[in-house]
Amino acid sequence: MILQKKDILGIKDLPVEEIAIILDTAESFVEVSSREIKKVPTLRGKTIINLFYEASTRTRTSFEIAGKRLSADTINISASTSSVVKGETLIDTAKNLEAMNPDVIVIRHSASGAPHMLARMVRQSVINAGDGSNEHPTQALLDLMTIRAKKGTITGLKVAIVGDIAHSRVARSNIYGLQKMGAQVTVAGPATMMPRDIEGMGVEVRTSLEEAVSGVDVIMMLRIQLERQQQNFFPSLREYAQHYCLSRRHLDLAGPDVLVMHPGPINRGVEIAPEIADGPSSVILEQVTNGVAVRMALLYLLTGGKQ
Amino acid sequence: MEKKKVVINAEGIDRSLTRIAYEILEKNKGIEDLVLIGIRTGGIYLAQRLQIKIEQIEKARVPMGIVDITLYRDDLLTSNRKPRLGKTDIPFSLDGRKIVLVDDVLFTGRTIRAAMDALIDFGRPKLIQLAVLIDRGHRELPIRADFVGKNLPSSLWEDVSVHLTEKNGVDEVVIEPGQE
Repeated sequence: MILQKKDILGIKDLPVEEIAIILDTAESFVEVSSREIKKVPTLRGKTIINLFYEASTRTRTSFEIAGKRLSADTINISASTSSVVKGETLIDTAKNLEAMNPDVIVIRHSASGAPHMLARMVRQSVINAGDGSNEHPTQALLDLMTIRAKKGTITGLKVAIVGDIAHSRVARSNIYGLQKMGAQVTVAGPATMMPRDIEGMGVEVRTSLEEAVSGVDVIMMLRIQLERQQQNFFPSLREYAQHYCLSRRHLDLAGPDVLVMHPGPINRGVEIAPEIADGPSSVILEQVTNGVAVRMALLYLLTGGKQ
Repeated sequence: MEKKKVVINAEGIDRSLTRIAYEILEKNKGIEDLVLIGIRTGGIYLAQRLQIKIEQIEKARVPMGIVDITLYRDDLLTSNRKPRLGKTDIPFSLDGRKIVLVDDVLFTGRTIRAAMDALIDFGRPKLIQLAVLIDRGHRELPIRADFVGKNLPSSLWEDVSVHLTEKNGVDEVVIEPGQE
C-alpha cells in the first residue's frame, strides 16, 4: 500500500493506515541517518523547494537534510529574501515555481490554509510545514514516531498537551493524530488559550497542570509564542510559569516512565524547568532526530514512483 | 494451462546449502574476515541457514547482517509500484571483510547491483562474493554468482519462487506461469 494523496496537508485527512505506513517507513530511515555515509541515491534528480514564509530553523533544516540524505536537490526560499518583499502573491510565486518543474514544494505560511491553496494551484506534491494555527502534520508524525518508538504502541496511552492550545498547530495535529492512533488526550492551559470548540475535538480539558499530568504516559509541552505576548492571553510570563512550567513535582504525579516532549524551541523556565528539559524523561532531541526520518519518509513516499 | 511445478524440494534445498557452505569455506580458506549478508527478504533466511551450517563445520560463528536494497533500486522513479522499505542491519564494520552476499534467486542482476552499492556505502570490503540458491538466467548486468545451488533455465514468462519455512511454512522451489 502507498500514500493515496498527492499532498500531505494535515493529519485530519490522513487515514490511520497511511499514518502507520509513514511511521514504519520513517523507522527504516533512522538507520540511514546513523551511518557514516548518511546518503542514499533514492531521489537523485528530484528537486525539492522549501518555501518558508515564516522563520524556522529546525523544520526547514530538517526538510533540507532529509532531501539531501535522499540525494534530491533542495532549494530554500525565505519570504524575506524572495520576490514576496516585492509584493508578489503566493499564487504568482507558486505559478513561477511550478514553471521550474520541481517535484515537491514544502511550504510554511502564517495563513491557515495557504498550503491547501498551493496544492490546488500546482501539480507537484505539497507538504505543509506549518500553516497559521491550523496544522503542522510533520511535527505530529515525528511526535507519534517518538512515542511509538519509546512506548512500543500509541493505543491506550494517556497524553497531556499543555500550553497555548488555541494558537498551536502542533496541538491540533497531535490531537488528530493521537486520537486516530488510539490515545486518550487531555489538554491543559489558561482558559484564554483554549479554543471554544475544544470539547468537540473529543479531548478532556483541564486548567490545572497538576490535574492534567496525573497518571499520564506522555506530557507534550507547547511553546509559548512570545510574539503573541502583546495580545495579553495571560498577565505575565512569570505568572504563566508559576502555573504551567513543568517541574519535578509534576513528573512525580505522572505515570512511571513518563515521556516529556516539546516541539521546540524551548523557553527554558517558562514551559519546562531546565533540569526536566535535560533530564532522563525528556525525548526532545530524539524528536528532532526522528523529524529528519519522518520527512525522509514523506519525500520518499510522495516522490518514489510515477505519478 | 501449465500449473505450478516443484523443481526442488526441502531435501534438495538443504543439500544445496550444505554444498554452498563447504564451497564458501574452501574458496575463502576458512572463516577469517568472512561475513554473510542476506538480501531482504529471501536472502536473510538463506544467510541464517548458511551461518548455522558454517558453524557446524568450523565450530565458530561468522557475523551476519541484513541489507535492504529498496533505496538503491534503479526503477524506483520509473515504477508505478513503491516497494515497502525495510531495515538494513549491519552491526559490524565491513572494512577489509570478505562479504558473501546471499539471495534466493539471481535473475536480471539489478538487485545484486543495488546491494553492492549499498554495501560499499557502509565501508570498503576486501571482496564481495555472491551466493544464490537459484540462478534463472536473463541477466541485464554483467553479474555472476560465485556459489549457485541450482541453475534453472527459465522463460521470461515464468515465475521462479523460493519458498522457505521461515516465511512460507514450506521449503520448496517452484516454477509457474507468470503474467505476460
